[in-house]
Amino acid sequence: MTGKNACPTKSNFMIPLNHYLLLSAFLFSCGVLGVVVRRNAIVVFMCIELMLNAVNLSLIAFSSYLGDATGQMLVFFVMVVAAAEAAVGLAIIISLFRNKQTVNVDELNILKW
Amino acid sequence: MDMMEYFSNADLVGSSPILALGTFSLIALLVNSLVKNSQKIVFWVCVAGVVVSLWFAFDNFELNHTAFSDMLLVGGYASFYSILFLVITLFALFLSVPYLEKEEYHLGEYYILIILSTIGMMLMGSAGDLITIFLGIEIMSVAFYVLAGYFRTKLSSNESALKYFLLGAFATGFLLYGIALIYGTTGTTNLIRIAAQYPQAFMDPLHLIGWGLVLIGFSFKVAAVPFHMWVPDVYEGAPTSVTAFMSTGGKAAAFSAFILAFSVPMSMHDPKLTMVIAILAAASMLIGNWFGLSQTNLKRMLAYSSIAHAGYMLIGIASGTQLGQQGITFYLVSYGLTNLGAFGVIAMLEKENGKNLSYEDYAGLARTKPALAALLSMFMFSLTGIPPFAGFVGKYYLFASAVQSNLTWLAILGVITSLFSTYYYLRIVVYMYFREGGEELPPLSRISFATVVLSGIGIVVLGIVPSLILDVLKSMF
Repeated sequence: MTGKNACPTKSNFMIPLNHYLLLSAFLFSCGVLGVVVRRNAIVVFMCIELMLNAVNLSLIAFSSYLGDATGQMLVFFVMVVAAAEAAVGLAIIISLFRNKQTVNVDELNILKW
Repeated sequence: MDMMEYFSNADLVGSSPILALGTFSLIALLVNSLVKNSQKIVFWVCVAGVVVSLWFAFDNFELNHTAFSDMLLVGGYASFYSILFLVITLFALFLSVPYLEKEEYHLGEYYILIILSTIGMMLMGSAGDLITIFLGIEIMSVAFYVLAGYFRTKLSSNESALKYFLLGAFATGFLLYGIALIYGTTGTTNLIRIAAQYPQAFMDPLHLIGWGLVLIGFSFKVAAVPFHMWVPDVYEGAPTSVTAFMSTGGKAAAFSAFILAFSVPMSMHDPKLTMVIAILAAASMLIGNWFGLSQTNLKRMLAYSSIAHAGYMLIGIASGTQLGQQGITFYLVSYGLTNLGAFGVIAMLEKENGKNLSYEDYAGLARTKPALAALLSMFMFSLTGIPPFAGFVGKYYLFASAVQSNLTWLAILGVITSLFSTYYYLRIVVYMYFREGGEELPPLSRISFATVVLSGIGIVVLGIVPSLILDVLKSMF
């Protein structure tokens, strides 16, 4: 983030809000697709993180567009929550791996889905 | 810089139940990490925290304002739900001790996680803002993920935790995206300020999509069809004492936030959303009760029953009336007591490694343990909605609210599916009273028994004198 044009705030450099929202919707859909299609628990988890970060992008775009700080504040909360979830989620995956030597969600079949 | 520039005294008083419980959870964490074999001390610290927090919540009951720039509601509704969560927590704590000792898995962390999730529930029940709802849901859920996987050497517990975690985090993504879209189209996350823009904001399709996504997130948390896939697996695989807590406290918290997010801001006059919620309610009642019929494991049967009950309670949200909200709240109280009792009995009779949980294992229980069999039958009658018990009054109010707001078809469907559910609830009673069987049972603990008796008394008293709670509810909404 160096140089004069790193943070364009003037209207001639402004990227319209829709572009951000479309990118965010695209990333969110990638995340959803990944969760549905992939079978490795860690990849599924990464796709969930992608969904959360897609939402963060929307929130920041809205926040900047509306000139209101609430969205940015919410982004901080989301990041904290994502970190907490990562800690707990990876711990759960590790404890599963210790017992079963797999992280493939299809092989979890003690309980019927 | 003076702290009081940022919060006033009223803010601290308003959040005192949450702050008190938070303080005690930190003390318990310290004790747990500094003192060896301190499970008993940690347990009593947690109980003390819940009791102090209850005292503050009762103290705040008469207040009626908001705290922290409208982020938190204080008094009335918020206090009522805080008290409900705390009472459920107290029951769950006392049910857990003998269960964990029996399973030889007694660690102090368990109690701390229970009260940490209670903090999340209290935030949800007193949320004035979508951000508070989001944080409450996450605080509660992250603690639940850990609790579901608490038996970390058991594969079924690991599996249930991983499924719960992946699907829970997935649903959080939807909830959050919905919040972002609502924020983008209204410029605020405050529920009352969103409500102020009620008819115009809905002209924007993005706003409606936002509410739809929030609805998905909530449907997941309350276990409504079609977002119910996790419920049977998680309820079956998690430790029974955790299931008891999740199915009562977790559901009550999700519904308290559901009411705040959907009924309060738009009084649910938006016909499209009302229709969607009514369809979710109908699908949950049908599918929950249908799959309940074929279950052989009691924990799994109660999981499908929990889906069906989410359907009954969604009727109250779809009706959008005050009667509906009172109905849900009363239903949550009765459902909480009933399910804690039922899971309490199951936890007492469970043997090592999740044995002794099927219908056949309960055959002849009326002869070997008549008191437990009688109590379990009472809980099943209450879940079915048979008159002298609290479940009947709750159902009556929910169905009445549906009729009042021209959703008579939903009420009829509710009555029909309740009739279906009679089959699987009463089947257990038939097994206990009319089948031969009865092998060696694990020794029963007095604390668990006392807790279960207490919830049994609760549902009878509420069933006979429902005005005890209903009068409070009428003054609240």
